[in-house]
Amino acid sequence: MSSDLTSFVALAPAYPELLLAIGAIILLMMGVFSNEKTGNTMIVGVAIGLLAVTAVLVAIHPAEGVLFNGAFIQDGFARFMKVLVLTGSAFALVLSVSTASDHNLNKFEYPVLVILASLGMLMMISANDLISLYIGLELQSLSLYVIAAFKRDSGRATEAGLKYFVLGALSSGMLLYGASMVYGFTGQTQLDEIAKVISLGEPSLGLIVGLVFLLAGLAFKISAVPFHMWTPDVYEGVPTPVTAFFASAPKVAAMALFIRVVFDTFEPIAKDWQQIVIFVSIASMVLAAFAAIGQKKLKRLIAYSSIGHVGFALVGLSAGSQTGVEGVSIYMAIYLTMTIGLFACILALRTDQGYVEDISDLAGIAQTRPFIASGIAIIMFSLIGLPPLAGFFAKWEVFLAAVEAQLFVLAVIGVLASAISAFYYLRVVRTMFFDEPNHQFIKTPNELNVVIALTAALIVTYGLTVGGFLKDVAGIAAGSLF
Amino acid sequence: MTLEIAFFYLFAATAILSAVMVISSRNPVHSVMFLILAFVNGAGIFMLAGAEFLALLLIVVYVGAVMVLFLFVVMMLDVDFAQLRQGFLQYAPLGAMVGGILLIELIMVAGSFLVAPEVAGSSVVPFVEGMSNTEALGNVLYTRYVYLFEAAGLILLVAMIGAIVLTLRHKPHAKRQDIAAQVGRKREDAVEVVSVESGKGI
Repeated sequence: MSSDLTSFVALAPAYPELLLAIGAIILLMMGVFSNEKTGNTMIVGVAIGLLAVTAVLVAIHPAEGVLFNGAFIQDGFARFMKVLVLTGSAFALVLSVSTASDHNLNKFEYPVLVILASLGMLMMISANDLISLYIGLELQSLSLYVIAAFKRDSGRATEAGLKYFVLGALSSGMLLYGASMVYGFTGQTQLDEIAKVISLGEPSLGLIVGLVFLLAGLAFKISAVPFHMWTPDVYEGVPTPVTAFFASAPKVAAMALFIRVVFDTFEPIAKDWQQIVIFVSIASMVLAAFAAIGQKKLKRLIAYSSIGHVGFALVGLSAGSQTGVEGVSIYMAIYLTMTIGLFACILALRTDQGYVEDISDLAGIAQTRPFIASGIAIIMFSLIGLPPLAGFFAKWEVFLAAVEAQLFVLAVIGVLASAISAFYYLRVVRTMFFDEPNHQFIKTPNELNVVIALTAALIVTYGLTVGGFLKDVAGIAAGSLF
Repeated sequence: MTLEIAFFYLFAATAILSAVMVISSRNPVHSVMFLILAFVNGAGIFMLAGAEFLALLLIVVYVGAVMVLFLFVVMMLDVDFAQLRQGFLQYAPLGAMVGGILLIELIMVAGSFLVAPEVAGSSVVPFVEGMSNTEALGNVLYTRYVYLFEAAGLILLVAMIGAIVLTLRHKPHAKRQDIAAQVGRKREDAVEVVSVESGKGI
C-alpha cells in the first residue's frame, strides 16, 4: 500500500482543501476563545479572507493530478468549478456581515460551518471515486442541514431544516443504492476504472438501474424536477443570507459533480444518461416557468427561478459534447453572479419591521430606492435572457450546444420556457416601477451596495469585459474532461 | 479444538437465550441488560472466528456507547411499555413474515458458501500473512484510505458542531463553579470571631 503522505510536496494538488480544513479548525478555536460580542465580526472577516485566499490559490496554483490512490483528482475542470464555489461562498458570507444579527446568525459557528460546507463542495468537485464522492457530498449536506436550522427559535427555519434533512437523507440513500449497484456490476469504485469496465462490453441492466439511482440522488442536490419539491419550502423558510448561500455555491458544486459523473464514468453509455438528462431538463424548465407565475413570496419565486435555471444548464449537458460542458460552465458562472446580486438587492431592502418578503412589498421602490430598483431590474432582465446582458450569453451557449448536437426539440422547448418565464420576472419589474410605494426603507449597508454595483456592472458589460476571458477559461476547463 | 467448539456452543446458546429474554422480559431495563449480554456473547463468537478487532469494536461501540444511551432513554423517558406491547398479537404475523424473509436470506447466504466454498476465501483486500487483522486494517486505513478517513473525521466534527449549535442554551441563572473566586476568598470574608458575653445573645 503506497501513501501520498510521505512528503508535503506530494500533496500539492490538494493544498486548497488542506488550507480550508486547517483554517476551519483554527477558526473554530478562535471562536471558542474570543469575546462573543466583538469576536463574531472578526471571525466572519477572517472566514471571507480564508475563502478568498483559497480561491486565489486554486486559480494560480497550477498543480494538477490524481492523489490518494485515485480518490481525488485536480484538473482544469475542478479548478474552474472550485473558484466558482469559493467565490459564491465568500460572497454569501459578505451578504451576512451586517444582516446576520437580524436573522439570528451572529454566532461564530455560522462562518465555520460555511467553510466546512465549502470544503465538502471542493471534495465533491474533486471526487474521482464513488466513496470520496459520497463523503464529500455528506460533508457538504450535513453542514447545510445545520445551517438551515441555525435560527433555531424560528418555527419556519426549523421546519425547513428538518424537511431538508429528511429529504436529503432520502436522496443520499438513493445515491448510495445506485453507487452500490454500479460497484456490484462493475467491481470498481474509481470513476475512470468504472468507465473502462463499462466500455468492455454491453452494459448490464443492473448497471443502468445503478445509473438511474445515482443520477436521481444527484438531481435532488441540484434541485431538478422531479426532485425539486424541497426547494421552495427550504428557500422560503431559512433566513435570507442562508438562502443566498444555498442558491449559489452548493448548486455549482452539485452540477460539477453531475458533469464529472456522467462524463468520466458513464461516457460509454452516453445514450442512456442523455435520455434522463433531457427529460429532467425539459421538466425543470417547463414546471418552473408555470409554477413561478402564481407565487407571491419573493423567495419562493427565486426558488422556482433557480429550478428553471438548472433546467437550462442541463440543456447544455444533454448535448453530451465538449461545447455542452463549456456552456454549462459559463452558465453556472453567470447564474452565480446573478444570484448573488439578486440576494444583495433583497437584503438591501429593509424596513423598520423587517426584510421584504412579498413581491408586493417591492411596490414603487423605483421612486424611493432607484439604485436598488435598477439593480433588481438589470438582474431580472438578465435572468430572462435579454441581450446584451450576461444571462443572454449563458442561454446562448447552452442552446448552441444543444443545436449542434441536433437536439432541436429540446432547444425549442427551452426557448419557449424562457419566454414564459419572462412573464413573472417582468411582473416584479412592473411592481417596482409602476406601483405606488408602500414602505419606508432604512439605510443600506455599504458592502451590499458594493456587491450590487459590482454584479450589475458585470452583467451589463459582460460581452465587452469578462465574456471573452470566461469563455476561454471555460473552454480549458471543459477540455480537461475529454 | 474441542474446547473451541465447547465455547462456541456456550456463546451461541447464551446469545440466543438472552435474545429471547430481550423481547420477553417485562421490565425494559432487564431487556437492555439482556441485550448487552447478547452483544458480549456475539463478541465472543467473533473472537473465536479470529476477528478480534470486530469483537472489541462490538463491545466498545455497542455495549459501551449504544447500550448506555438506550439505558438513558429507557430510564429518563416515561415510556409506557405495557401500552406499547398491546398491539403485539396484531402485528405478530407481519413480524413473523419479516423474520421469515430474513431467515431465508441467511440460509441462501450460508448456502452459497456450501455450493461454492471458494467464495468464502476471496476478499477484495487479501489477508497479509503474519499480521493480525487490527494491524491489517490500520495498514489500509492510514495509507490507502487516509483521505476518506480524515474526511470522515471532518464529517463527525460537523455533526458535533451541529449538535452543540442547535441544542446548547446558556442559562443566565445557572450557578457555575468560579475557581478564581473560590481561591481568592479570604479567611476574614467567611469567619468572624465573636466573643459572646455569658448571659447575652449576639
